[in-house]
Amino acid sequence: MTPTATRLIVFAVWVIVLASVPLWAGNYFVRMAILIAMFSALALSWNFIGGFTGYPSLSTAAFFGLGCYVGALSQRAGVPMVLAWLVATVFVGAFAAALGAIILRLRGHYFAIGSIALVEVTRLVISSWGSLTGGGDGLNVPLVQGGPDAVARTFLAVMLVIMVIVFAVTVIVDRGRLGFGLRCIQQNEDAADMVGIDTTRYKVIAYVLSALFCGTVGAAYASWTGYIDPTDTFSILMTIKVPVMCLLGGAGTVLGPVVGTAVYMLLEEVLWANFLDYNRAILGAVTVLLILFLPGGLLRIDYRALVARVGARSRPSGAAA
Amino acid sequence: MTTALLTLDNVSKNFGGNHAVSNVSFALKEGEIVGLIGPNGAGKTTLVNVITGVQRASNGRIRFVGVDVTEQRPYQAARRGLARTFQIVQPFPAMTVLENVAAGALFGGAQASRAHATEVARQQLEFVGLAGFADRPASALTLAGRKRLELAKSLAMQPKLLMLDEVNAGLNASEIDGALALIRKVAERGITILVIEHLMKVVMSLAQRLLVLHHGQLIADGVPNEIVDDPRVIEAYLGGKFARRLKEMRRHG
Repeated sequence: MTPTATRLIVFAVWVIVLASVPLWAGNYFVRMAILIAMFSALALSWNFIGGFTGYPSLSTAAFFGLGCYVGALSQRAGVPMVLAWLVATVFVGAFAAALGAIILRLRGHYFAIGSIALVEVTRLVISSWGSLTGGGDGLNVPLVQGGPDAVARTFLAVMLVIMVIVFAVTVIVDRGRLGFGLRCIQQNEDAADMVGIDTTRYKVIAYVLSALFCGTVGAAYASWTGYIDPTDTFSILMTIKVPVMCLLGGAGTVLGPVVGTAVYMLLEEVLWANFLDYNRAILGAVTVLLILFLPGGLLRIDYRALVARVGARSRPSGAAA
Repeated sequence: MTTALLTLDNVSKNFGGNHAVSNVSFALKEGEIVGLIGPNGAGKTTLVNVITGVQRASNGRIRFVGVDVTEQRPYQAARRGLARTFQIVQPFPAMTVLENVAAGALFGGAQASRAHATEVARQQLEFVGLAGFADRPASALTLAGRKRLELAKSLAMQPKLLMLDEVNAGLNASEIDGALALIRKVAERGITILVIEHLMKVVMSLAQRLLVLHHGQLIADGVPNEIVDDPRVIEAYLGGKFARRLKEMRRHG
């Protein structure tokens, strides 16, 4: 079986598992599944700019938050829900294209700082523009009809569809000219320029791809929760968490963001349940350790070599000589 | 009479008050091998950077196959058929040797499909003698290997003009001979070559014409034998003793 086929099968099985959660588990776990699908879509999005291209973007929350507000405001203005999500997607994509052309001139840490500033600036604009956005009071979004179970199932399906779409785009990019060019930029931007890659255009495309679906996810999230406010939607924690998920699984790989998100969310859940006071601190420490000792992510470990090494060590030392 | 492939017309590049390149004019004809020499800091690499659009000329015009390319960006230079190798090699370290070369074929001049690019890359690796390393990461190559890789990558772009910036720096004598043989083979394909060097031995044996740069100015432009007699070149660069030795070398060789 080719590696690509293996990846597709693993992904398909995982989507089916998530989709089947309502059949065998309660609402708490359905909510978990929705969040896993949602964060998988965000981590897969970040992978375009942070993984393939190697630009450490920290603007996920800006795209997500804008998506929430554009979706919510469109719905309040009478736009049908699904159409409002599309409006949010397009708006956030255009926003990323305009800003990407400016901040992608920065490299390395400077880019990271510039991209995180974007989160703060958009949050401040949204919370100060009270007449349109309701400011700190937040916004109510028209509720989806139906009981809590039905609503949860609907949004599980919605988030899974978005996750599948982002994954499909990832596979296409990975195989095509664009993905190859982005990897060249990640490896050596000057050399990429010299072999004929229009690096500025490629970087802007990657940045827009990393933003688009965050907009969709944000708008869908707003419809799901029915209420949004600036601190919840433009959260610095989200902007950090999403790259960590992607790095944990393996940045620049197709399946890495999905694996990373699942592992991270489960870890978070276990720690939350067992260490109510210190869960954040432990999660932080675990994150730092993982990134220090597993810079390539979980998918880049050579598991066969690892098993062989552990096997060799457990044998009696006399046999080695 | 062949036509000019590249023409520089009074090209200057200033960094603040520092005139790295000033009023340089010359033309390269199709199929020529030209050496660009000069002491360290003479502005050789800056000149190449200006030609390929890495840095923008402060003054003057550059024409390539009849088109004004003064304002071009590096990726445009690459697509037009202006390829260069770097003095300090610039591989994509984590990619395989084959992928490195395929990048040149895919994005450079030809704009091929991925499958075709891989095919071209294999041919070029064969040509430079790296076929056996195709699936190794570029970072696993020795310096001499990386220089060959740079050359294969540039050739995969199907350039009209190839600028080799100190391809021999850091190589030992036998590696240099190998590299020279390779450059001659490239020239046989009809590619115009500009060799930027400060090893005189290398340029004397390769180039049909020499350009001498000193303090950013072009102080001589002519066939190698005249150049070694030129008093300004001797003073600025060669020194009297070495110039005599070079002449001896040429007479006997």
